[in-house]
Amino acid sequence: METLERILAEHPFFAGLESYYTGLLVGCGANVRFQPGSYIFKEGEEANEFYLIRSGRVALEIFAPQHKPIVVETLEEGDILGWSWLLPPYLWKFHAHAMQDTRAIALDGKCLRTKCEQNHDLGYEVLKRFAQIMERRLEAARLQLLDVYAVR
Amino acid sequence: MATAVMTDPMLPQPYLVREVSKETPDTFTLKLAPEDGGSSSAFQPGQFSMLWVFGVGELPISISGDPAKHEQLVYTVRSVGQATNAFVSQSVGTGVGVRGPFGAGWPVEAARGHDVIVVAGGIGLAPLRPVIYEVLHHRQDYGRLVVLYGARSPRDLLYRKELAAWARHRDTQVLVTVDYGGMSWRGHVGVVTTLFKYARLKPANSVAMVCGPEIMMRFVTRELVSHGMSHNDVYLSMERNMKCAVGFCGHCQYGPHFICKDGPVFPYEQMRPLLDKYEL
Repeated sequence: METLERILAEHPFFAGLESYYTGLLVGCGANVRFQPGSYIFKEGEEANEFYLIRSGRVALEIFAPQHKPIVVETLEEGDILGWSWLLPPYLWKFHAHAMQDTRAIALDGKCLRTKCEQNHDLGYEVLKRFAQIMERRLEAARLQLLDVYAVR
Repeated sequence: MATAVMTDPMLPQPYLVREVSKETPDTFTLKLAPEDGGSSSAFQPGQFSMLWVFGVGELPISISGDPAKHEQLVYTVRSVGQATNAFVSQSVGTGVGVRGPFGAGWPVEAARGHDVIVVAGGIGLAPLRPVIYEVLHHRQDYGRLVVLYGARSPRDLLYRKELAAWARHRDTQVLVTVDYGGMSWRGHVGVVTTLFKYARLKPANSVAMVCGPEIMMRFVTRELVSHGMSHNDVYLSMERNMKCAVGFCGHCQYGPHFICKDGPVFPYEQMRPLLDKYEL
């Protein structure tokens, strides 16, 4: 049987994390499932968790008044959804909706923040991993901003 | 044979437009056949032709058709200026001039026995399509085929039906992404480099062929190298203002190279010192 601890340990995001730390994280996690078309969170709502996507596809979309929503990124198996739980004011900056039947592990942000405050080594491990993701997504966003396929 | 290899390379051969099809709102595929009914010139994937639109001008365009089909030459062209607009506006039966094929193509022979990674951005899929045909025609000679393709939006994707058909071949992975997706798009959204995390790559035994805007190629090569690809196994198709196509005029000079004659396909190792130069 797949335990939550094993799923966490095998997820690429936590690759290389000592089992002691994985054990600490398990208490903050839960299996979740989203139906296609359902919203996982919406801009402005409280960001109380993040998700390790196990299967399916999630769209991050920006809503602009009088415009159709624009999907700016999709996330899939092995990806992380959400880091607004990590930094004040702990509010989501985008909408996220499941494009397909999506399974994920939800990690309670408040629970995790508390554990990271109590154990700075764990906090450092978690922050290192989020920093890498932020760096990659920032680079992708810059390339997207260049609109390289447009006619000059 | 309409285009005799030994003829003056500056002399266009007469071809007729046989078919025009719309790929995207601004991109069209034209099939040309020799006016005399003979076979068209043989070409290597990655080579280009100089196409004369009579009364307008000459265009360097990569051949995007199947190298195994000798009855026609196929070109996919994005209408971005006077000459390209005139070319894509040609009606069936109109005469055009064709010089070539010219240049060094993709290393399809050297890639035999290896996995082939094709990374294309926008119209850059057109010069790479002959590689995909070649690999699929000789499937047993190659390892896995991985196609990573990015476009601006769903409406800008080329060859949508073929992309779906290629994905059904054995040992073939086709991943498509768009920079911006509408709500009706069900596929990936994100720049082409974001596809690498979903690709099943074996960098040590792969040859990568990359074509797209130069800045996209810079990011893609960085990604390939970070996945363990050797610089020598990555090839890029470069684009400059090609005029004579035979290395006489110097219009397409890029550092010490003439893109028309020495390229357009180059090993990344050769291009690397030039790609970071602001002045070029």
